[in-house]
Parts: sequence; C-alpha cells; structure tokens
Amino acid sequence: MNYNLKIKLDKNRGENLKIQDIYEKKQGEKLFLLGNEAAVRGALEAGISFASTYPGTPSSEIGNVLARIAEEVGVYFEFSVNEKVALEVSAAAAAAGLRSFVFMKHVGLNVAADAFMSTAYTGVRGGMIILSADDPSMHSSQNEQDNRIMAQLAGVPVLEPSHPQEMKDFMIYGINISEQFKIPVMIRTTTRVSHMRGVVELGEVKPGEKVGFFKKEEPGFTIAPAFARKMRQELIKKLNQLEVIGNTSPLNKVVRKNNKNKIGIITSGVSYNYVLDTVNKYSLPVNILKLGFCYPFPRKLMKNFIANLDKIIVVEEVEPFLEKEVLSIIGQEGWQKKVYGKLDQTLPHIYEYNPDIIEQGFTQVLKVEVSEKNPRIDFSGLTPPLRPPVLCPGCPHRSTIYAIKKAVQGLKIKKENIIYSNDIGCYTLAMQPPYYMADYGICMGSSIGIASGMSKATRQKIVALIGDSTFFHAGIPPLINAVHQKANIMVVILDNEVTAMTGGQPNPGILTDRGGEKSTVVSIEELSRAAGAGYVKVIDPGDLENSVEVFKKGLQYEGVSVIISRSPCIMFVKREKERLTYQINQEKCSHCLICLRQFNCPAIFQREDGSIDINYLLCTNCGYCVQVCPQKAIEVKK
Amino acid sequence: MSYKKSYQIYIIGVGGQGTIKTATIIGEAAMAQGLNVVMSEVHGMAQRGGTVVTELKIGKDLSPLNEKYSADLLLAFEPSELLRAINVIGKNTNIIAGCSAIIPFTVSLGISKYPDINQIIERLGKKINNLHLIDAERIAKEAGNIITANIVILGAALVTPKFPVKKDLIIESLKQNLPARSIDMNIKALEMGYQEYSNILNK
Repeated sequence: MNYNLKIKLDKNRGENLKIQDIYEKKQGEKLFLLGNEAAVRGALEAGISFASTYPGTPSSEIGNVLARIAEEVGVYFEFSVNEKVALEVSAAAAAAGLRSFVFMKHVGLNVAADAFMSTAYTGVRGGMIILSADDPSMHSSQNEQDNRIMAQLAGVPVLEPSHPQEMKDFMIYGINISEQFKIPVMIRTTTRVSHMRGVVELGEVKPGEKVGFFKKEEPGFTIAPAFARKMRQELIKKLNQLEVIGNTSPLNKVVRKNNKNKIGIITSGVSYNYVLDTVNKYSLPVNILKLGFCYPFPRKLMKNFIANLDKIIVVEEVEPFLEKEVLSIIGQEGWQKKVYGKLDQTLPHIYEYNPDIIEQGFTQVLKVEVSEKNPRIDFSGLTPPLRPPVLCPGCPHRSTIYAIKKAVQGLKIKKENIIYSNDIGCYTLAMQPPYYMADYGICMGSSIGIASGMSKATRQKIVALIGDSTFFHAGIPPLINAVHQKANIMVVILDNEVTAMTGGQPNPGILTDRGGEKSTVVSIEELSRAAGAGYVKVIDPGDLENSVEVFKKGLQYEGVSVIISRSPCIMFVKREKERLTYQINQEKCSHCLICLRQFNCPAIFQREDGSIDINYLLCTNCGYCVQVCPQKAIEVKK
Repeated sequence: MSYKKSYQIYIIGVGGQGTIKTATIIGEAAMAQGLNVVMSEVHGMAQRGGTVVTELKIGKDLSPLNEKYSADLLLAFEPSELLRAINVIGKNTNIIAGCSAIIPFTVSLGISKYPDINQIIERLGKKINNLHLIDAERIAKEAGNIITANIVILGAALVTPKFPVKKDLIIESLKQNLPARSIDMNIKALEMGYQEYSNILNK
C-alpha cells in the first residue's frame, strides 16, 4: 500500500482550526462545543494523559478529535482493536498511576464487559473514566441499552451530564473521585448530550503525568478467587462511601424548592433540560431534584427530597433506573406516595424523550390546560420519499456485493438456498433493496459465528459479509471456530482499508501516519491462512469479471473460503491516480436499467423522457458502472 | 419570573447539503452576540445520503429540540423534506425551502414516490403566511459554486422578521467555519440570498 490515512492535524483546514481551539483556548473563554468535543476538553483539564477507544456512534467524535490533537497535547491515544482491549489498555495505564480515559458506544461496553466487571474489583491508582454513549431511539445502533444498569452490575459509580458544559466539568469531577476512591467512574451520556452543541466556559488545561510506573504491591491486580473475595468487600465499602459523597455532591442539586409544593420531579441527563423548560413554560408548582451523580443512589438526598411530597414524577431515558429506587425508598419508609414515570406509563418506556413527551406527561399529572397550536394543515396524500442511508457513489462495497450476486446467479443457486450473514459496518446497507443481502446480523463479528452455526444446522449455502475493521474487532475467533469445526462457508471480507461508518478511523490493517511513526500492518490474508481457511483469495472489486469468477470458486469450495475484496473507501482514503470522467452513450443504451435497478448507484438516474444519465454532482468517477453495462454504453468522456 | 419562548430553528436537508455547518454558523454567531444557544445534530449512519436534521434554540431554554408546531424558522434545503418537518410547523413559522429536488434511489426502484412539490406549497400556503421557495442552486451557481446553496438560504433567513442574530456576526462566524479559500464565494452567496429574500418581501 502506498498511501497513508492522514489523521494528523492539518492546520490549513477550516474544521481543524476549530479542533485546535479545543486545547488552545484559555480559561474563562467560551466555545460552542459538541458534547463529545467538550469531553475532550474535560479530559485535558482533568490531567488525563492516556486515552483509548474503538469508534462507535454517538461517541466517535471524541476519538476523531483526540486523534488529531493527541501528539500536540502530550496525550497517548490509540484506536484499539476493540472495546475490550481499549478498556484493558486504559485500565493498565490507570494501574500504572496515569489518569486514563476510555470511551465507547453503549454496545461497546458489552464487548468490554468482562474487563469492565473485573476492573471494578481491582480498582485503579490513577483516575479512570469509562464513558458510555447510550443511543436511545437507536439512531445508529442495534438496541436501546441503559448502561447505568451495567455500571450497577459492576459496582461502578455513574455521572450523568445533561449539557456539554457538564460533560466537560464532570470529566474533572469524575477523575477526582476515581482517584480518591481508587475506582473507575462511568460517565453515561445519551445521543442528545453527545451530539448537543452548547456554550461551554473553559477551565484550565492541566498536563498529566507522561510516564507511569507500575508498583508491585499487595493485593495487586490479579483477580484470583482469594484476592477477589477481598476485593468484593473493598468494592462494597467504596460504594457505601461514595453514596455518602453523592448525598452532598454539587452534581446532585435541588433546583427548585417550595415547601408548599406537593409534587416533585427527579430527573437526570438530557431529560433535565426538557423538565426545566416545561416547568418554566407553564410555571408549574413543582420541586425539582437533578441527579448528576446518580449511582450509587444518593438515597438520603432522595429521601429528604420526597419526604414532604405527595407525588413524584421520575424523568430519565431508557430504563426506570431512578424510578425503581424511589419506589424502594418509599417502600422502606412505609410511605403512601404516588410515583409517576415509565412503570405506570405516564412516560414512554421506549425511545428517547423530547419536550413534547415531557409536556404531555406533566400536563396530564398536573392537569394543566394546553392551548391548541396545531395549524391543521391538510397533508393527506402527501408523504416524503423514503430516504434511507445508502452506500456512497463510488463505494467499492457496491461492486463487491454486485459481484457476489452475479456469482450466485451464475451458479444458479436459488434465492431461498443462500443465507447472507451480515455484520456491523457500511455494508450492512446491503440489507436494503435491490440487494437484500442481510438475513442475519446481530453484533460485531457475528457474521462468521452465525455462518458457522448455519452451516452446521442447515444444508443451505452461506455467505458471511464482514468489513476489515469488524474482522479485526471480533471476526478472528469465529473464523478459527469455523475452520476447526469444519464449517462450509464463504467469508467475504470487504476491506476498504478504514473504519468507514464511524467517520474514517484507522484499524490494524493499514498504516497510520502519526508523527512519522509508522504502525505495523496486520495482514488479513495471512491471518486467514494461519487460521486454516483452505481457499483464500484477494480480489479488486474494480475487476468485475475476475471477482465473479473468484466468488464462484469460493461458493463451490468445500470448507471455509475467505475472499478479501480490497479497494479503499471513496470518502476517507485519498487516491493518487488521475481519474477519467464517464458519460452515457445514448445511442448504445438499451434502457435495461441494470445500472439503476441492480447495481443501484445513486449517481445514475432516469430522466422523465426515460433516458439514463449521470448526476455529476454525485458521481465520483469510480468507473465501476462501466463493467456493469451489458451494452457497453457507459464510456469515457472525451 | 415571566416565561419568554426561545427562538427555535429547524434545519432539514439531505446528507452532504451542509445542514450541520449552517446551524453551527448560526449558533456560534448567537454565542458571539451574548445569547444562550443550544443545538442538536445528527451524526453516524444517517449521514450516508439520508435525511439530516439540525435544531437550534436561542434563548433561555436548555433543551436542544424544537417543540411541536413551535419552530420560528424552518429551513428545508430539499423541498420534499418539508413533509418530514410538519410536526414543527406552526401558524407563525417562517419557512424557506430550496427548490431543487434530490431524488432518492427508492424512487427509481419504484418503492416510493417523489411528492408533488407544488401541492405541498399550496397546502402549506393555506395556513402559513411566511413561506418562500428559493432557487438556491441557481443563485449558488451565480455566486461561484452550487455547494453554497445552503449559505444562500442562510442569507435569506437573515431577512426573516425576528431572526435574532446580527448579520455581521453571521458573516464573522461563517469566516471561522468554512475553508479560507471559499470565504469570498460564500459571503457572495449569503448576500445574494439576502437580496433575493429582501426582493420577495418588498414585492
């Protein structure tokens, strides 16, 4: 490979000027920051010198910013191979006394769960923040998952910011309590906090320790049963102490209080914003308790807040986490009070909240008249066109999946007899028409494990589709399993030499240029051969004829075949050679619509007169379509 | 304490049309003017050619999302996307839409239809007073490049009544947020959009 993925800070680019502001602006200045950018500034103000991640929306921008500035600000930063490794490297740094920061999307913590649970036991020496970005409403995710519950399961304290300012400030608070109690601290955000932009007043950047030293002291960090029993005792003691801290923490505050009010609201995270706006809008006679340090539950504070109330409304996103604790306090005290929230369906249990949902819930409980604002416009018969995300024009994946389809058709395999086991990445979009090539796909790396199982459970043909980054992340153990168990599958690794869906991060398959220090490239083909795959081939999806032939052989191979379809992502990897421009020769075009309806490039369209044309605003001159046209009607423009 | 509604802006477009950038320019300008501002944006999978929505609130409100039927300003960079914004449109919403359609692949596959834009405008016009379609692409081409179409619409938005941020601060913010070599062209696009909308209002 003769190109590098540029992730160094290029000061000549407009967007990077903004990134520079994140570390260069001084205490007291204000910036309009994304929640994720504020987390980076917070890390710098907290003296964090070690950070790691595996990219995942809605947390990705933290890594994108850190990757560009890490060297300049003296922070070690890596895009780790997966979230478990990311958590382990940051835990190691914290054990060596450095302040560390690992961040991931909510489901990333599932991958890291084993290390996460045990790190709560071993504890840390330097402060350690584990940021979990949850995604209510599943804007870019496979599930809704409330990772406050994961933290409770592990015994890890939780901070919940509601605004970019708090995102920054809580990083510092979190590092302090983490270091004080020798325990990792979770910052739980949701999409609307991670992707909210707001005015942030900056504090002072504090450079952290550059080099740690791992002291060999009892009980150490090896979690064998004898040590684990002591650590469990220690963990419960820490949580009890943290509960006391939480009761008076400045992160937990009674925002509104009037002893005459008999209704109170307990809220956390982004929901607080909706609560306060709605309460102000209708001048509602309620008290409000905002919890920013929500686990261990500050039970005494909560108890005092609700003691004189008749009704409590609990407003939080995803699970009734605080709500159940409120009920537990009321039960323990033997009180008679009514609790409104998710459990009684005053507020929905699914999807994210918004101001309207909160307004409806509150006005119902408080019996407030709401004026009708609906202008009642008649839109009957008018619906917007479906506009799902698509593979970009010029995306090499389109050519790969088209070639697989051609190979399957060429071998006359019936549709019902082929199973496409897909994975997490841009190529998941092959689930949509006209491709329909995602029958199963549940989590990172699952394509190969599912294929392996299907191969044992059925007589059908099975194709696993997985990207380069996802293969490194979680695809290797299932490949070993498939070989060892003599599965009969074709694994297609769509290698676009970048982690594309999350915004173009590097992975172990490519060189990264960080200050001239070239990384070591890990070869997917050598890994596949070493795992024992019998038929391993690398193809260029730009060569359609050869790709189809190789896929045919892969499909016919008895055993595990691995086809690596390698071509760089059109969005993130710069190409070197000059490229040609294409046009449709209208005389040759037979209007078969294969380019439009089967290959389905968004840059090709049909005019009202039926003719086919290219939208040059979208066209990337990739030239893939040339080979698709049976009439050879797509030609180089002279 | 009397309640004052925040100024609510809803910007909708298709991935690549500059929806987030436009909102960021407004937000930073509002901050420079000393106003409180919150914004919500969309990242990730949806950006691959899908619908992108960005929302702003300028004023005391903390929540970054518009309320039902309460947008003060709705900018639609693609006209059919107006139909995905109907929940925020109220009687007093100022609406500016670009008029160039971007037809998604679902239409060429025959699994969805592109709506009649004239119908949308006609139905909206029955209830909404301030609704204008602008040929942003044509103006953007005149300004130097079709990619400035979002800035043309931003220029038009500055003329709408009650728009809370000063024009010179918007221009300053624009300079901070766009590549240096494209600034002149974008300022030209902004001015042309401003002029276009002023002409419409003066008719």
